[in-house]
Amino acid sequence: MTLSASAVQKPGEVAARESRRALLHAALARVLPADSILSDPEATAAYECDALSAYRVKPLVVALPSTEEQVAQVLATCHEHGAPVVARGGGTGLSGGALPHTDGVTLSLARLNRVLEIDPVACTATVQCGVRNLAISDAAAPYGLYYAPDPSSQLACTIGGNVAENSGGVHCLKYGLTIHNVLRVRGYTISGERIEFGSGALDAPGLDLLAIVLGSEGMLAVTTEVTVRLLPKPELARCILASFPTVEAAGHAVAQVIGAGIIPAGLELMDKRMTTVAEAYVHAGYDLSAAAILLCESDGTAIEVEDEIHRISELLTGCGANRIEVSRDEAQRLRFWSGRKNAFAASGQLSPDYMCMDSTIPRQRLAEMLRAIEAMEKRYGLPCVNVFHAGDGNLHPLILFNANEGDELHRCELFGADILETTVRLGGTITGEHGVGVEKLNSMCVQFSAEEREQMFAVKRAFDPTQLLNPGKVIPTLHRCAEYGKMHVRRGGLPFPELARF
Amino acid sequence: MLATHAYLQHLIDAIASARARREPLQLRGGGTKEFYGGLPRGTLLDLRPLSGISSYEPTELVITALAGTPLATIEDELASRGQYLAFEPPRYAPGGTLGGMVAAGLSGPSRARLGCVRDYVLGATILNGRGELLSFGGQVMKNVAGYDVSRLMAGALGVLGVLCEVSLKVVPMPPVVRTLVFSHDEAAALGALAALNRQPLPVHAGAWFDGNLHLRLAGSEPAVASACERLGGYALDAAAAASWWDALRDQTHPFFTAPGHDLWRVSVPPTAPPITLPGTQFIDWGGGLRWWRTPAAAAMVRERAAAIGGHATCFRTRDAARDAFTPLADPLRRLHRELKLAFDPDGVLNPGRLYPEL
Repeated sequence: MTLSASAVQKPGEVAARESRRALLHAALARVLPADSILSDPEATAAYECDALSAYRVKPLVVALPSTEEQVAQVLATCHEHGAPVVARGGGTGLSGGALPHTDGVTLSLARLNRVLEIDPVACTATVQCGVRNLAISDAAAPYGLYYAPDPSSQLACTIGGNVAENSGGVHCLKYGLTIHNVLRVRGYTISGERIEFGSGALDAPGLDLLAIVLGSEGMLAVTTEVTVRLLPKPELARCILASFPTVEAAGHAVAQVIGAGIIPAGLELMDKRMTTVAEAYVHAGYDLSAAAILLCESDGTAIEVEDEIHRISELLTGCGANRIEVSRDEAQRLRFWSGRKNAFAASGQLSPDYMCMDSTIPRQRLAEMLRAIEAMEKRYGLPCVNVFHAGDGNLHPLILFNANEGDELHRCELFGADILETTVRLGGTITGEHGVGVEKLNSMCVQFSAEEREQMFAVKRAFDPTQLLNPGKVIPTLHRCAEYGKMHVRRGGLPFPELARF
Repeated sequence: MLATHAYLQHLIDAIASARARREPLQLRGGGTKEFYGGLPRGTLLDLRPLSGISSYEPTELVITALAGTPLATIEDELASRGQYLAFEPPRYAPGGTLGGMVAAGLSGPSRARLGCVRDYVLGATILNGRGELLSFGGQVMKNVAGYDVSRLMAGALGVLGVLCEVSLKVVPMPPVVRTLVFSHDEAAALGALAALNRQPLPVHAGAWFDGNLHLRLAGSEPAVASACERLGGYALDAAAAASWWDALRDQTHPFFTAPGHDLWRVSVPPTAPPITLPGTQFIDWGGGLRWWRTPAAAAMVRERAAAIGGHATCFRTRDAARDAFTPLADPLRRLHRELKLAFDPDGVLNPGRLYPEL
């Protein structure tokens, strides 16, 4: 699966690539100091992948600008030389969105890491794109404020990357995704022109371009500065840990809580195998006899939380929860969460490799989905553990495999593709929060028709006529989909069965 | 189901014919917001026949309906299950549709705290200017597969596509709602609203008019009760409060209906200082929206808005030219033109409604 660009290259090609590298390096040296350009393959190796490490490509050059002006000049230079540009933040992406282009420049924005302004009156923070997600909350903490979206990589991921991926987090059911918490994005077009989406007001004139730039995986513009909304820190948060005899009962309980008009701050479900793995890893105090456990958090004023915890506990008991524990203090609350937050790391202990899927399904199809995954475990001969953002239907099955063992990697890929196709058939989506990147390009052929993909390409060309910003990501070509050989499926049927498909 | 709906073919044929004749189409739902934006022109395309709720599962917090469905039908159906549209879309007259609501992209008093139409759009099926039926987004809360084209439709005034079906996130109605009134001048009201931003209180909306600041609190009984105690003020009775907020949301308040000057919608950072203009003002969105009835020239209103980081829309006017929106500068202006071409290369969908050149 490793995509190595330099594996099979003829001597002529190697020479041509080296001369392009030298040319680009020289051109960039006119706009950047020497210590801001890497082109030695040993130095660029650190940039050859993001957190989807199975895919690796060495870029021609890595540019590390320190200012917006330098970003603009790097883009203008690349534009002039027709060189693809891949913007990169913390490199924590899970779908290969920051995978370098073999003939391109990787634009690392990590040095643009200044918090420019915390406005405690307007409750906003204006930061450079390379500021880490958690650093925003740290800077806002003295004012009793925080930035709500909390992807699990929040210690390392940057706000620029969050904008590119429209990142979520365990609290997004109540507090929304990145798109619900960003007011303004400043960036640059591929030609190096400054552009601003959104504003300090609650809307901006014209089309809502902020809505399409968010989640566009660095293909429309390069983000350099972001203004986010800050929220007052809730006075109190408490977490309920509930055990259920079946996954269905846990799923039903989630529907009952939401049906009763309660939107908890967090609502997470783990199946028995995941619970066992997580418990062994962090000793969170999980009930190992439960078929599924639910973590349900309430936050707000003390009086609000007390009322909500009481109502939720009654609902969960009514739905067959056979053990309910409510965190007594902050230490216990964090301990309840520690197992969930370390679910991926714990799975890493269980198996040499794992592949994390990211489908979102209508919640009522959960039991059906889990049964389908069980059948797939037998079909592909690989185990799978499940964690689930139960409130919003975002499922993370982790397929466990060993890449060095026979055809396990291949079987794992087939398993993953099968999960995604089942997701689309159940009315869901192939990615809830990790993005398409390169990882889910094939599955995009299943979720979107040729016309829909072409419309997305047309949007891309409107922003980036030269198609140099992160080319080859997110939207698969007609040709690629034809090779993948699987047709677009929607909600159980093809919308126009009479139309020819290719 | 949309794909088999008889009226869909009519829409596809209408687009094909408009392209062939090079004659634009004016898309029309209930026609309740025709005053808004540029003057509609071209052959009328009635979207109301594409009507009906496709699916609604309250525990999923999602409703999907054909775009011609009356907004009132949607609101009634949601209310019967204790849910509602948190962004409080305005109902300027009876008969507005779901599609019109999304296309106009307007949100009511709760916008500053609870978000706007776009924030609640989960998916949309559209016909683009080539007559191709395209679906983006979906019926789930979290979805990052491809560009978020469905949210781009919110507020686009139909210039990119004909909305056919829309999925929205819906939320439970708060069990308790209470309105407090405080006697404040404009500056004190804006100061009080700004101070509230930093407190974790269940304030859903704040608005000021004629010396009175209205705050709406919503949530669980103990949360609202304790917040009311903390804030003080004068509590309005429930019926009077509901009709006061509706009069602002639907613009039936005398401020909006009395004959007089043009109505301007001035969108600014909520904590921006007062704007000085001749005329009268109603402050909405917790300070973020300053409605003005003013005789001032467009250039002056726009300049005052821009000076504090905002923009101004001429919302209702008797001027036939209807220069509604703040003009854009390059590169945004160019990008708008390119996007229009990407969706509607022959310019048949609602030309001139958003900007003259789109």
